[in-house]
Amino acid sequence: MGDISIFLQHLTNGISLGSLYALIAIGYTMVYGILRLINFAHGDIFMLGVYLTYYGVVYTALPWWIVFLLAPLLTGFVGILLEKTAYKPLRGSARITILISAIGASFLLQNLGIVIFGGRPRAFPVPQTLNHVVKLGGVSINVVTFIIPAVTILLLIGLTYFTTKTKTGLAMRALSKDYETASLMGIDINRIISITFFMGSFLAAIGGILWGSRYPQLMPLMGSMPGLKSFIAAVVGGIGNITGAVIGGFILGLGEIMLVALLPRLSGYRDAFAFILLIIILLVKPSGLMGGIREKV
Amino acid sequence: MLKIEDLHMRFGGVVACNGFNAEIETGQIVGLIGPNGAGKTTIFNVITGVYKPTAGQILYSPAANEHHQLSGLGPDKIAKLGVCRTFQNIRLFGELSVLENVFIGNHLRVKSDVFSTVFRLPHYLVEEKRMYEKSLYLLEKIGLQDSRDEKASSLPYGMQRRLEIARALATDPKLLLLDEPAAGMNPQETMELIQFIREIKQEFDLTIFLIEHHMDVIMEISEKIYVLDHGLLIAEGDPSEIQQNERVVEAYLGVG
Amino acid sequence: MNEKSKTPVTLIILALTIVGLYLANRFLDAYQIRIINLSGIYVTLGLSMNLINGMTGMFSLGHAGFMAIGAYTVGILTMPVTMKEMNFFMQPIVPFLADVEWGFLPSLFAAGLISVLLGVLIGAPVLRLTDDYLAIATLGFAEIIRVVFTNTQSLTNGALGLKGIPNYTNTWWSWGVALITIWFISFLMKGTYGKAFLAIREDEVAARAMGISLFKHKVMSFAFGCFFAGVAGGLMAGLLGTIDPNMFRITLTFNILLIVVLGGLGKIGGTVVSAVIVTVMMEVLRFLDEAIDLGFVRLKGIPGMRMVVFSIILILVVIVREKGLLQRTKGRELTYAKN
Ligand SMILES: Nc1ncnc2c1ncn2[C@@H]1O[C@H](COP(=O)(O)OP(=O)(O)O)[C@@H](O)[C@H]1O
Ligand SMILES: [Mg+2]
Repeated sequence: MGDISIFLQHLTNGISLGSLYALIAIGYTMVYGILRLINFAHGDIFMLGVYLTYYGVVYTALPWWIVFLLAPLLTGFVGILLEKTAYKPLRGSARITILISAIGASFLLQNLGIVIFGGRPRAFPVPQTLNHVVKLGGVSINVVTFIIPAVTILLLIGLTYFTTKTKTGLAMRALSKDYETASLMGIDINRIISITFFMGSFLAAIGGILWGSRYPQLMPLMGSMPGLKSFIAAVVGGIGNITGAVIGGFILGLGEIMLVALLPRLSGYRDAFAFILLIIILLVKPSGLMGGIREKV
Repeated sequence: MLKIEDLHMRFGGVVACNGFNAEIETGQIVGLIGPNGAGKTTIFNVITGVYKPTAGQILYSPAANEHHQLSGLGPDKIAKLGVCRTFQNIRLFGELSVLENVFIGNHLRVKSDVFSTVFRLPHYLVEEKRMYEKSLYLLEKIGLQDSRDEKASSLPYGMQRRLEIARALATDPKLLLLDEPAAGMNPQETMELIQFIREIKQEFDLTIFLIEHHMDVIMEISEKIYVLDHGLLIAEGDPSEIQQNERVVEAYLGVG
Repeated sequence: MNEKSKTPVTLIILALTIVGLYLANRFLDAYQIRIINLSGIYVTLGLSMNLINGMTGMFSLGHAGFMAIGAYTVGILTMPVTMKEMNFFMQPIVPFLADVEWGFLPSLFAAGLISVLLGVLIGAPVLRLTDDYLAIATLGFAEIIRVVFTNTQSLTNGALGLKGIPNYTNTWWSWGVALITIWFISFLMKGTYGKAFLAIREDEVAARAMGISLFKHKVMSFAFGCFFAGVAGGLMAGLLGTIDPNMFRITLTFNILLIVVLGGLGKIGGTVVSAVIVTVMMEVLRFLDEAIDLGFVRLKGIPGMRMVVFSIILILVVIVREKGLLQRTKGRELTYAKN
C-alpha cells in the first residue's frame, strides 16, 4: 500500500512536470516548423511570463485570474516583438547567423531580467484556490498537480482545433510543410510568423504560471534549464510535430522524476538525464519518435 | 570502365530512376540525355555516392584487374577511386579564391599528415609545391591564371563552370562526370567547351560521362548516347541511331 | 611574394609583444596584469572556437565544457599534496591522484590531451549533425560535464570546487600559449588540411565529391579546438586559483562566441583583436554592474547591465553585418541558402 501510494505520487509529479515541458516544447516546435530556427530565447520568454504574472498579482489590484490571462497575452506580444527585432532582419541568412542572434536574444532577456527584476529570488504568489492539499485514498496531493495536466489537455484540444480547422492554422501547417510553395500561394508569411510567435509565447507564459504555482521560486535565469529541456522534448518527439512535442515532454518529465525516485543515488545527475536522452535520440532516430520534418537534399 | 545494372532510385513516392543499365568503355565519351526531371542528375548522384541506390549494381573497373562495387560507398571514397564530377547547379567553394578551389581538389591525394603541414616539414613542402604547380597549370588550361586570387563566386557563370572542371581534374580522376557543362553558355563558349573537353580527355587519359541539354554538343562529342525519360531508359546507341529513333524524337527531340 | 614580405612583419609583431609584456610586468599593477592575462587566455579560446565554428563551419557550443576539463586537470595535477588533503575534506581524493604534484607545463599538456580525448569521444558521434542540432548537442555535453563534475566528489571535490591551485599563470604563460595558438592555427589553415576545413565550411556536398572525408576532417578540427580550449581552461585555473563547476556555464561559451562573431567567423587577426577588446571592455564596463565612487558622487551600479550591453552588441553586429552581406549577394544566385 505504502509503496503504491508513493509510486502514484511520483507518477502524478512526473505527469505534471511533463505537462509543463510539453507546454513550453510546443512553442519551440511551432517556431522550428516554420522558420527552421531554434528559438533559444523561448525559455526566457517563459521566465518573462512568470515575472509579469508576479508583478500583476503583487502590484496591481486586479484579481489573480485576470492577471493569469493578461500576462500570457502580454508575453505573446513580447514574442512578436522578439521575432521582429532579432530574427526578421536575418530571414534568408545562414542558419548559424540566426542561431547566434537567438543566443544573443536569450542572454539579453536573461540579463534584462536581472536588471529589471533583480537577481534576488522572489516567491510566486500562488492563489489559495490552487494551493491546497487533498487526500485521495491515502495519497496526499496538491491540487495544482491535477490542474497542470488538465490545463495542458484543454490547451492542446484548442490548439489541435486551431491547426486543423481554422484558415490561419491550415496556412501555418502549409507553411511548415513547404515554405516556398506556401509563400507563392499568397499566404501572408509575416502575419503567420507573428501569430506563431504569439501563440508559442502565450503557451510558454501559461506554462510559466503553472510552473510558478508548482515551484514558487522566481529567478531571472529560471527559464534557461526548463527551456533547454523542453527543446529536447520537442526533438525527442520529432521537431515540428506538436503531438510529438507533448509526448516528448511527458517522457522527459516522467523520466526525470522516476530517475530521482527509483535511483536516488543518481539524483545528482537529474539535469544530465535530458541531455543524454537527446544524444541517444539524435544518434538513433534523428527525426524523433513521432517523425518530424525531413529536409530535402 | 563503368557498368551499371538494373539501377533503381526511389525518393519516397517519386521513382527517379527505374531500372537503368549502361556500360561505358575506357576512353569513351558517353552522353546522357532526357527531358527535365528525367532522372539524369539522380544517376550521377547515385554513381558518386550522394545517394545509395534503392537497388542495382554499379561496377567500376579503372584497370583490367581492378574492380569496385560503388553502390554503398561514400562520395569521398568514390572520388579517391578516381570518379569525380561537376554539378549542374554549380557548387564551388564560393568564398575561397580561384586557386584555392583547385588546390583543394588535390587534397585527397596528400600523403603527409596534418602535423607535417603545420610544422611545414620538408616532405610536405615538396608535396605542396607540386600541388600548387599542378593547380596553376590547370588554371592556365582553363584560362584563369590571371584571376587566381579572385573569389570563386565573383567569376562569370561560364568561368565558374570551367573552374569546376579544373577542380575535378585536380583530383586525378579516371572517370569524369559532367552535369550540363554547357548550361548558360553562348554558342561561342559552347564550341570552346567542346574543344576543351576533347583536349582534357586526350591529355589526362579520361573516360567521360556527360549530361547535356545542348543537342549539338551531345551529338558532336559523344560516341554513345543513353536517353532517359521519367526514370526509364528509352533508347541507346550512337548519335545517328538516336537521331533516327522514333521514341526519342517523340519524347524529347520533338518537344525540345 | 606575399610570403617573403610577411616574415619580417611577423617578427616585428613578436618582438613588440615581448617588449610590451616585459614593460607591462614592470610598470602595471596586479589588476591590470590580470586583464592582460585574461586577454591572452581569451585569444586562445576565441581562436579555438573560430577553428571549429568559423573555419570548419560546424556549430559547437561546448567550449565551457572543454575548459572545465582543462581547468580541473591542471587544478588537480598541480595542487600540492597537503592542499589536496585540505580541499577534499568531505571525501578523500581518489588514491591514484592523491600524491601527484606536477609542474605547470606537463599539466597544461595533460589538460589539452584529456580535453581532446573526452571531447572527441563524446563529440565524434554527433559531429555529423547539422548546425542547430550540433549546437544543442554540444551545449548538452558541456552541461553533462558540469553535472558530472558536481557529482564526482572524490575526483573533483564536487560543488565545493578546488581552492588553492598554485598561481602559475603569468603573462608569459598566457601570451606564450596565445602566440603558439596563433602560429599553429595560421599554419594549419595555410596547409592543405586547413583548406579542406574551409571547403567543408563552404559546401559539404562539393567537399565530399572532391574526396574529402567529412568525418575525419571534422573530428580533426574539433580535436584541435578541444586541445586549445582545454589548455586555456588550465591557464584559467592557474590564474584564478579557485574553480568550481558553476564557473563553466553557458555564459562562458557566450563570451567566446561574442569574441568570434565580433572578430569575424574564420578570421584569425580579427579574433585576436576582438578577444583583447572584449576582455578589456568587460572590465571597463564593470562599472555598469558595480557601484563606483567618483569622489564627489557615488553611482549605483545595476547588476546585469554589462551583459545587457554585450547582448545588444552581439545582435546588432550580426544584423548589421548580415545586411551588408545580403546586399552584396543580391544580384547573384542565393549562395547562402544552401541547407
Ligand atoms: N533528394 C531528392 N528528394 C526527392 N526527390 C528527388 C530528389 N532528387 C531528385 N528528386 C526527383 O527525382 C526526379 C529526377 O530529378 P533529376 O535527377 O534532378 O532530373 P534531371 O537531372 O534529369 O533533370 C525529379 O522528379 C526530382 O524531383
Ligand atoms: Mg539535372
